Amino acid sequence: MSSGHSHEHDHQEVPSDLTLRVKALESLLVEKGLVDRAALDALIDTYQHKVGPRNGARVVARAWVDAAYKQRLLEDATSAIAEFGFAGRQGEHMVALENTPTVHNLVVCTLCSCYPWPVLGLPPVWYKSAPYRSRAVIDPRGVLREFGLELAEDVEVRVWDSTAELRYLVVPERPAGSENLSEEELAALVTRDAMIGVAKVTMPKLGASA
Amino acid sequence: MNGVHDMGGMHGMGPIRREESEPVFHSRWEAQTFALNLAMGAWRKWNIDAGRYQIELIPAADYLRMSYYEKWFVRVIELAVKHGLVARAEIESGKPEPGSPKAEPPLTADKVPGMLAPGKGARRDIPGLPRFQVGQQVRARNINPAGHTRLPRYARGKLGTIDRHHGVFVFPDTNAHFLGEKPQHVYSVRFAARELWGEQASPRDAVYIDMWDDYLEPA
Repeated sequence: MSSGHSHEHDHQEVPSDLTLRVKALESLLVEKGLVDRAALDALIDTYQHKVGPRNGARVVARAWVDAAYKQRLLEDATSAIAEFGFAGRQGEHMVALENTPTVHNLVVCTLCSCYPWPVLGLPPVWYKSAPYRSRAVIDPRGVLREFGLELAEDVEVRVWDSTAELRYLVVPERPAGSENLSEEELAALVTRDAMIGVAKVTMPKLGASA
Repeated sequence: MNGVHDMGGMHGMGPIRREESEPVFHSRWEAQTFALNLAMGAWRKWNIDAGRYQIELIPAADYLRMSYYEKWFVRVIELAVKHGLVARAEIESGKPEPGSPKAEPPLTADKVPGMLAPGKGARRDIPGLPRFQVGQQVRARNINPAGHTRLPRYARGKLGTIDRHHGVFVFPDTNAHFLGEKPQHVYSVRFAARELWGEQASPRDAVYIDMWDDYLEPA
């Protein structure tokens, strides 16, 4: 296999007629009364605009500033996350995993694309891709290196393969130097990748514009 | 099934390619395909496990070539045809068969929030103690069903330790084939990376896999 060929596969060429084929399917299903166009728009709007990783970031920031909340989150993540009103499809059975200086958690779904929708939204393409799904379990440190994260040998890496209906949210470490930030400012630092476990949360560089 | 979808531990899939500021959907047809899958699911003719199995049935070469939502496009068509909601001829012509009755969509816009809200989920409140205790050693069974399973190949026959007990859940191996929910206990099982991958793996690392009772035997 040439490397040029595999590059094309990562982006996965899409037949140009898919736009037309999907449009035709939608029209057919609407015409048959099987789906309602306004319902389709509402579904799209929900995941395009209302649900996303900002939800998870608020959960993480709360856990950083409120020890009692963090305790609830680690004991029963579904209920603790529901305190924010984040709940529902693909998040009905949540588990929170705490990263510490000695334990680093990483989440994958090797069999398909399971992902905690209510707190992170829909997964990015790389999470659903063959390279990530195949290698996260056999070479997590190599995968993390590809994301720019080099872990010390004495850190234990725990990979969570989402094979059932449990959905995992990584609670990253609170970055050093963030002691004076408000909960809201902390939430702004928390990235989607950190809540999957492929990155750490970092403080903005000094001198960077706010 | 021992399909290409079960790719944990494989090599040769290339580098992980990330996209800065990735949009939720890359084009209109992706968003439409996503929504069509959910809206057609509202007919309750199939379940989430059958939906996953339908994607696994995509031939291996196509599975690797197709984009994510292209697979979803194939899935919704195949399920709708298989369960009698649409005729294959209608998919091909793009027109309803003459004289076919017009249905009432089960999912209307006002019902979308309720549909996405927490529902029954896959957990079942069924009494009965779990067969395994936290800390107990177990072995993942070496099974190779031709149908749907959520026991990844890379774990089969391997020794692990029960890390947590999650309660009782619908069993995908039967549910995907409409053979009943067969609810049973689910555990997170910790497998040492070296048990799975040998000496090349870090002695500290581990993979945690969620497993139904039927996937496990005492070790």
